[in-house]
Amino acid sequence: MTATISAPAMVELNYRKVIARALADELATDPMVVFLGEDVGAAGGAFKSTEGLKERFGDRVRDTPISEQAIVGTAVGAALMGLRPVAEIMFADFAGVCFDQLVNTLAKYRYTSGGQARVPVTVRMANGAGAGFGPQHSQPAENWFLNIPGLKIVVPATVADMYGLLRSAIRDDDPVLVFEHKNLFAIKGRVPAEPDDAFLVPIGVADVVRGGDDVTIVATQQMRHRALEAADQLASQGVTAEVIDPRTLVPFDLDTVVTSLRKTSRLVVVQEGPPDGGWGATLIASISSRYFELLDAPPTLVASDPTPVPYATPMEDAWLPDAARITAAVSQLIRY
Amino acid sequence: MTAVQNAIVTQDRLLDMQRRMHEIRLFEETVMGWFSRALVRGSTHLYQGQEAVAVGVTSALRHGDTTTCTYRGHGTVLAQGAPLDRSFAEILGKANGLCGGKGGSMHLTDFSVGALGSFAIVGAHLPISVGAGWAAQLLGTGAVSATFFGDGAANIGTFHEALNLAGVWKLPVLFVIENNLYGEYSPITATTANPNLVERAASYGMPGVRIDGNDVVAVFEAAAAAVDRARAGDGPTLLEAMTYRHSGHSRSDPAKYRPAGELEEWLARDPLVVAERRLRDMGVGQDELDQLRADATARVSDAAERAMSWPDPKPEDRLDDVWVNR
Repeated sequence: MTATISAPAMVELNYRKVIARALADELATDPMVVFLGEDVGAAGGAFKSTEGLKERFGDRVRDTPISEQAIVGTAVGAALMGLRPVAEIMFADFAGVCFDQLVNTLAKYRYTSGGQARVPVTVRMANGAGAGFGPQHSQPAENWFLNIPGLKIVVPATVADMYGLLRSAIRDDDPVLVFEHKNLFAIKGRVPAEPDDAFLVPIGVADVVRGGDDVTIVATQQMRHRALEAADQLASQGVTAEVIDPRTLVPFDLDTVVTSLRKTSRLVVVQEGPPDGGWGATLIASISSRYFELLDAPPTLVASDPTPVPYATPMEDAWLPDAARITAAVSQLIRY
Repeated sequence: MTAVQNAIVTQDRLLDMQRRMHEIRLFEETVMGWFSRALVRGSTHLYQGQEAVAVGVTSALRHGDTTTCTYRGHGTVLAQGAPLDRSFAEILGKANGLCGGKGGSMHLTDFSVGALGSFAIVGAHLPISVGAGWAAQLLGTGAVSATFFGDGAANIGTFHEALNLAGVWKLPVLFVIENNLYGEYSPITATTANPNLVERAASYGMPGVRIDGNDVVAVFEAAAAAVDRARAGDGPTLLEAMTYRHSGHSRSDPAKYRPAGELEEWLARDPLVVAERRLRDMGVGQDELDQLRADATARVSDAAERAMSWPDPKPEDRLDDVWVNR
C-alpha cells in the first residue's frame, strides 16, 4: 500500500490581492495581530490591496488620520504591550514624514532599552517607479534604511514571495519593513487556497530564480523580472545567466551569491534607484573585498540615474534599468 | 474605587509622595555632582523643581499602567518605582544599569514598573503612549498610559498627531505637559503663539486642566480624575502642570537668560516645601519630616555607592540587543 500525500489546492492571485490574503491569514492565525493605516479599512486601501479586512476583523483593522508619525509610533507602543501591529505607509516616499519614528524609535527601541523591548512591528509601504506617479510617489526607498541597524528589510518580487514574506514579517519578533512594488501589482502567481505555513518564505534567504554558468545577475522586485528578460536574450546569444533574487536586503544572504560566483566568476547587480549608498554598491563592496579571487571581471552595478524619478513616460522609462542595459553589462563582462 | 475615594490624599499617601520627591531631588543632586567631576558622559537634563509632576501623576496610576517621558526623565522613571541603584548605574554607563549602559541618562527605561522609556527626541514618545492606550482599549485591560513632555514639545508635529489620534479613538491616555516655561533656552512666549497650552485640548475633543505643578496634591487629584475618566472609556485628558526647572536646560547651560528674581520666586514654591507645609498642616511633626529626608539621603547615597562599585560593560556587549532573532 502506498501513502498518498495530496498537494494542497492552489489559487491564482495577483500581487495586489495576495497582500490582503497574507494579512487575513495572519490576522486569522494570531489574535494579537492588528493593522492600521490611512484608508486601509473602509476604503480597502489606496491600492485596493487590503479589501475585506475591516469587514472580517473589525476593530483590529483601523483607519487612521493622515498622520504617519502617529501611525508608526502607535504601532510601536501597541507592540510594547504585546500586540503584533502591521502599519501601512501608503507610499514608501512618505517614510520621509515619519523617518524619526522609523529610525530613532522603531529601529533602536530594543537596543536603547538594553534588550527590554520587543518590537514586532511590520511596516508595509508601496514602493518604486514605473507607474508615472512623479518624484514624490515613485522612489524605491529601501536603500534609505540600509544603514540603520535594527530594521529588517524585505523586497518581494512575486506573488508567492509576497505571501510568504509578509506572513514571515508579521511573525518576526523584530521590526520588518516590507516594500511592495507598485509596478508589480498586476503580476499573477499561485498561493495555497487555505492558510498553509508550508508557504511561509523565510526572511534572509535568497532565491536562485534561474540557473546559469556564465554570469550571476542579482536583482530585486521589478528588476528581477527585467533580469529574467535579459537572461532570455542572453541565452539566445549562448550566454547562460544565473539570476538571484535576494528577497531580503537585511539580513542579506551573501552565501547564495558567493556560491553562484564560484561557478560563474562574473557579477552584475541590478538596482532600481540611484547608484550610490545602496544595497547594490554594498554587495559589490562585500564581494570585491572578501571574494576578489572568485572574480574574472570587475563586478558591475546597473542602476538608475542619480536624479529624482521623473514623471513623463520617456524619461521615467529611461531612468529605470531595462533588459537591454542588463544584457549590455553582461556582454561587456563576458568580453572582459 | 470611585473617583472621589481614589483622589483622597491621606497623610500616609502624602508622606510616601514626599519620600519619593526627596529621593528624586537627591538623585539629581548626586548626578549633578558626578557631572561636575566628569564621571558621566555626554549631557544630562535634570529634574529638580519638577518632582511633584512625576510623583503626583504616577501616584494616580496602578500596576499595569505605563508611562513615557522625556530626556529630562530621571524623575518620572524613579517616581514609577525604578530602582535607585540601577538608575544611577545606567547614567554611569555600568553593565548593570537599567539598559545595560546602552542608553544612558536620556534613555532610562524599566519595563518591570511600566516605565516604557525616556526619549531623547522631543515629542517622539507621545505616539508610543497612544499605542499603549490603543492596546489597552483593544485588549480590554483597563490600563492607562501617561506621557510626560515639556512645553517645547507642544510645538512639534507629534504633539498634534498623537493628541488628535487619541482624541478621535477615545484612548485611555493622559497627556501631561510639564510647562517649565522654557523650551531649551527659549522662553515660551518667544516660541509659542498662544502660550496658554491647555486651550489646545479643545482642538482634540478632550478636556484640558491647568494645575499647579509644584503642588503634588493638586497634581495627584487632577491626574486621578483623568485616570478615572480614561478607565471609564471616556478618552484622553490634557493636563498642563505649571512648574519650573531649577537648573538650566542641560549641564552646559547656566540659564543666564532667566530674568532676575524668577528662580527665587519659584524656589519659594519648591514642591518639597509645598508638600512639607501640607504635611505640617496635617499634624506631622518636624522630627518626622527631618527623619524622612535623612532616610531618603541614606538610601540615595547607598544606591549611588553601590552603582559606582559595579563593573563596566564589556566592549563586546555593544553587539547585543540589536535584534531578537537574526
